[in-house]
Amino acid sequence: MWLAQYYTTLTKCREIVPDLCSMQLYLYCSSKTDYTEIVPVDTDDEETQMLFVDAFLQNNRLEHIVQVMGYHPKYLDSFLKTQQYILRGDGPLPYDYRHYIAIMASARHQCSYLINLHKTEFLLCGGEETWLKGLDHIPQKLRDLYEIIKILAHRPWLISKNHIEKLTRGNDNWSLAEVMHALIIIAHFHAMCSFVYGCGIHPEIDEENGHTFRPSSSSDSEDNHSSSNSHSGSPTSTDAAAGIEALMERMKQLNETGEEPTQEEMLARFQKVESQSLELEAGKSQLSPKASILCYVEDPSFGYEDFAMRGAVQEIPTFRAQDFSWEDQGYSLANRLYSDIGTLLDDKFNTAYNLTYFTMGPNTDVDTSSFRRAIWNYIHCMYGIRHDDYNYGEVNHLLERYLKSYVKTVTCYPERVSKKDYDNFMRGFKHSEKVHVNLMLLEAKMQAELLYSLRALTRYMT
Amino acid sequence: MHTVIEAPINAISTNKDASQVVVAGRNVFRVFSIEDDAFVERCNLRVGKNLNLNFSAADVTWNPVEDHLLASAATNGAVVTWNLNKPSRSKQELVFNEHKRTVNRVCFHSTEANLLLSGSQDGFMKLFDLRKKEVNCTFSGQSESVRDVQFCPHHYFQFAAAYENGNLQLWDLRRPDKWEKMFTAHSGPAFTLDWHPDDKNWIASAGRDRSIKIWEISHKPRLLHTVQTIASVARVKWRPSRKYHISSCSLLVDHNVNVWDIRRPYIPFASFEEHRDVVTGIMWKNDPYVFLSGSKDCTVYQHMFKDAVRPADRANPIGIDTNVNGDLGLAFSDKLLVAGKSQTGSSMLPHFFRSKGPDRSEQFTMASSSAVIFESVDKSTGLEWFIECATRYQLSGKSVEDLCDHNAAVAGSLNKHQVAQTWRILKLLYGGNTATPCPPRTVSVIGSPAVGEAHKAESEKVNLKQQLDGHLVQDHNRSTHTDGENKDTGDTSTAVSEDESDAESSLSLTNIASGQVNQQGDFFFGDGELETFDYPVTMANMDSMQDWTLPTEAIPLRHEIQDRLDSPDPLQNATDSPSSANESEFSSQAFGNAENATPMYNLQAIPFASQNPPWEFSHLVCDMLEYFAEQGDVQTSVSVLIILGNKMKTPVEDQKQEQWFMAYLELLTRFRLWGIANEVIKLSSHRAVASLNQQSTTVHTNCNKCFKPLTRAGWLCDRCKALTSTCSICHLPVKGLFAWCQGCSHGGHLEHLREWLMTHKHCPTGCGHICEYT
Repeated sequence: MWLAQYYTTLTKCREIVPDLCSMQLYLYCSSKTDYTEIVPVDTDDEETQMLFVDAFLQNNRLEHIVQVMGYHPKYLDSFLKTQQYILRGDGPLPYDYRHYIAIMASARHQCSYLINLHKTEFLLCGGEETWLKGLDHIPQKLRDLYEIIKILAHRPWLISKNHIEKLTRGNDNWSLAEVMHALIIIAHFHAMCSFVYGCGIHPEIDEENGHTFRPSSSSDSEDNHSSSNSHSGSPTSTDAAAGIEALMERMKQLNETGEEPTQEEMLARFQKVESQSLELEAGKSQLSPKASILCYVEDPSFGYEDFAMRGAVQEIPTFRAQDFSWEDQGYSLANRLYSDIGTLLDDKFNTAYNLTYFTMGPNTDVDTSSFRRAIWNYIHCMYGIRHDDYNYGEVNHLLERYLKSYVKTVTCYPERVSKKDYDNFMRGFKHSEKVHVNLMLLEAKMQAELLYSLRALTRYMT
Repeated sequence: MHTVIEAPINAISTNKDASQVVVAGRNVFRVFSIEDDAFVERCNLRVGKNLNLNFSAADVTWNPVEDHLLASAATNGAVVTWNLNKPSRSKQELVFNEHKRTVNRVCFHSTEANLLLSGSQDGFMKLFDLRKKEVNCTFSGQSESVRDVQFCPHHYFQFAAAYENGNLQLWDLRRPDKWEKMFTAHSGPAFTLDWHPDDKNWIASAGRDRSIKIWEISHKPRLLHTVQTIASVARVKWRPSRKYHISSCSLLVDHNVNVWDIRRPYIPFASFEEHRDVVTGIMWKNDPYVFLSGSKDCTVYQHMFKDAVRPADRANPIGIDTNVNGDLGLAFSDKLLVAGKSQTGSSMLPHFFRSKGPDRSEQFTMASSSAVIFESVDKSTGLEWFIECATRYQLSGKSVEDLCDHNAAVAGSLNKHQVAQTWRILKLLYGGNTATPCPPRTVSVIGSPAVGEAHKAESEKVNLKQQLDGHLVQDHNRSTHTDGENKDTGDTSTAVSEDESDAESSLSLTNIASGQVNQQGDFFFGDGELETFDYPVTMANMDSMQDWTLPTEAIPLRHEIQDRLDSPDPLQNATDSPSSANESEFSSQAFGNAENATPMYNLQAIPFASQNPPWEFSHLVCDMLEYFAEQGDVQTSVSVLIILGNKMKTPVEDQKQEQWFMAYLELLTRFRLWGIANEVIKLSSHRAVASLNQQSTTVHTNCNKCFKPLTRAGWLCDRCKALTSTCSICHLPVKGLFAWCQGCSHGGHLEHLREWLMTHKHCPTGCGHICEYT
């Protein structure tokens, strides 16, 4: 009884905040992740606990996203700092704009979870309710941004200095600092969509379809089990362990093999990886988005198209990471137009890229750097970003087919991810490791989008 | 001279005698010989059947000993050497695939032709021996990416490396296991470093933190100089045979090559603006006057030092500021003194310096400047009137008429008659709905600012002329002038005279200002002033009637003088304060001019006005507000704006309004009139201003148990790990208003307590206290 009352109060008004003990009632639950493994709210880990408290105070709730990230407190720290800064810190854009941009960006990937969160935030910031009716009710200035949101979500390589120029000219134009801020929010939320779908995060309890926890009844788990069985043989634990063994073996080989591939081979390998990703069928047919989301979407048919298949190969060359890198140009430009953001993002990228616990499933003391680098570069590869100094043969060597197709689906068509995909990739790895992969997906995707858009900004400025 | 190449350039390098230059980029690799007036291509290294990444260079270097040897760092991590003497078409000689990541820099030993050092993203530096065709030695940077390596030109065994984490390391070739010295040079990556060509203990580094730093490394590394740039620095290179000069180029945004004198870190000594995109390489041609630069805009330039732009010459050599006490600080370059001596026309200044020959001299390092600080003579006068007005003005709550009346009285009591008069006029104009368009009497008054202005422009011009001639005329009795004024019209015309005399007094004040300086034996300042006064003269000629805004330089001076005079506000009415005129010999001269003009304008103004009964006045009110603001009296402008609200038909520009509001608010806060500042914010109809007091409104409270400030949230204490204030009825935290009884200090949600007290007398906690709430 008390509980029921409690929840109604909570849903209706956020002013009454439960004390810390009752916070544990926010139990994360997901059909994809076994909830018993999720970091509990009253975790013993001091650091994680403090971060949760911080997140709770920032958002007036402990979002499921944050709780999932609780596996990796080091990353969570920089993530929270950045998100707090771009949404609520000092910046050129008004608060309601920030949340509305977040809504528009999330709508591109039909991520109702993020849309609903930011609808509430938008209203709390004093945003106009009519805007929430859809894109027809918002100021022209915000509408102008839509083109960029659309392109960045699916084919960031199409963004050019003309897009920036269009924004900064004419009536209700954008200042460069505002564009910068908007671009970062857009990239952030596109990447977040991938994470939300990739980890299968459920709506918050006060949202439609949201629930706090679901008892893991035996029948339910059996269901899961049988469904994955029917999909692809029997993923017994020995099977999974063998998979990890094989991967570690391959990583070892990689360090030992002395023979160097020729340059031509390297280039061919990049193209091979690029075109191979074509063959990975990415999920089923597109889901038709709900009407509640559709009102924030224009041109819904515009979607990811494989970089290797782009029409004008001549006009859009491969993006060379050596010619425009985040560390050099990207950071400097971002920091120049929107102070401190460069440092925060730099920190976040580095944490995500370098995060490791030297484990792989049950094995410890593993140097995972080559595996992590392969994932990172594979994501960049799908967006046509090429690292000259990387041997793309390693991608095929280290990433098995399921993992590749999972990575591709989550990155490019996050809305099509299913539980099967989640179960099938990286068998035998712990949930926390799968979340780790998703974090890298998030950051690599964000960096790719930012690299393209910052390059467009630089070209516009010169 | 320059040449255009088909692709962006990543790096350039010259050979030993700087007669040839190699240009390298992702899609270009060529050698040019430098002729007298052109670059002539000597060979193209990017040839062959398959042009792989080994032909795309991130960096290139020419062997300083052997003229036919080149080395390049490919983006894929290969180090490639090239032999120009090779008979075949392809000059590629050796390829080292030792590094796992991009190689950022290659560097030949300065005397040993066969030693080549490379630094890579993978955190290793490798020393190649070209005779053995293998790696001699590997230096580990502990997995930090190496951004630059350079052999020391003075020590055979020493080299330095710059890292992505901002560290600089010094290494000895004989000790490959550990660095000799290490220190943190930059926050964020260090992109480049360069050894000083002459001083063997100096090293320069630069990085993403937008600074170039010069280090002294003989014992403990010591920071000697820091140059702040506007963008991340991509490369630095010392200028040969100039101890203190260093050239730099930026990673983005800034396309110039800047040459700095490290002793003057704020403004480049010389800059070269030819490139249209960021510069990626600088090479001096063994000659301090010539250098080459390559850029992403696909061009290579040879720059002569005499073509440089000197940013220092374009900088304004005078700075001026006042503090709250009314003291005036003035700094000016001594160059102006020199200029004033030799050239009468200030416009000749740049030319004068040009002719001296910028190459030979480093004259700017000799530059010194003087700072003069004028203190206000009479501090007691202060700005009390401002505080008085601020506190006593009423801005809302009554009809416009009443407010104007009240404020007029306030202004009047403080001897600010002009302002008082303004309030009265406003009352006439805007008070009452039936306000019949003004009688001619008023018209003439309103017309006065324009009259005063034209007049002012006139007298100013004359003034300046006289000043230029250096003859200071001193006669004209002032009394006749005032008599004439008073006789002219009734009380309304006082406004006319006020405005005029206002202009006059302000002019005379500027005169005083320069006079004052002269008295301090600094007559060159007077000459310097001439330069600034050039502008007002022409302006006054061009648009005498409409645009009477004074150039901004003049304004601070005027402020200063306000305080020096005896009367607290010399602007208010010069006729009432003879002391100010008597005090200064110059003012009489101004009045003299004024007198000539006044009758004429008055005569004109009145008939003109009376012919236009349906009279649109709001733009004049606008002008008037602007006038006050220009005079530095934003108080009046803002107060009027607030009271009139949207009654004004032609509103003042949004931006201007905001400026005034901000200025007024700043003043108010300076005087700690927080309450009034808040009232102004609240009453403001300007959107940006009105939202001011909705920002950063946080005040941290302390925990009621441990007294630690609650920084994270007002209802949760980090130390006690407990909620600070819970409602004694519902036991939930109170986030908003906390109502409590002062007798027993129990309390809770206001609503809850109200409900409780309807039915109970005692405290809800059961402490037994009979609570009293008022």
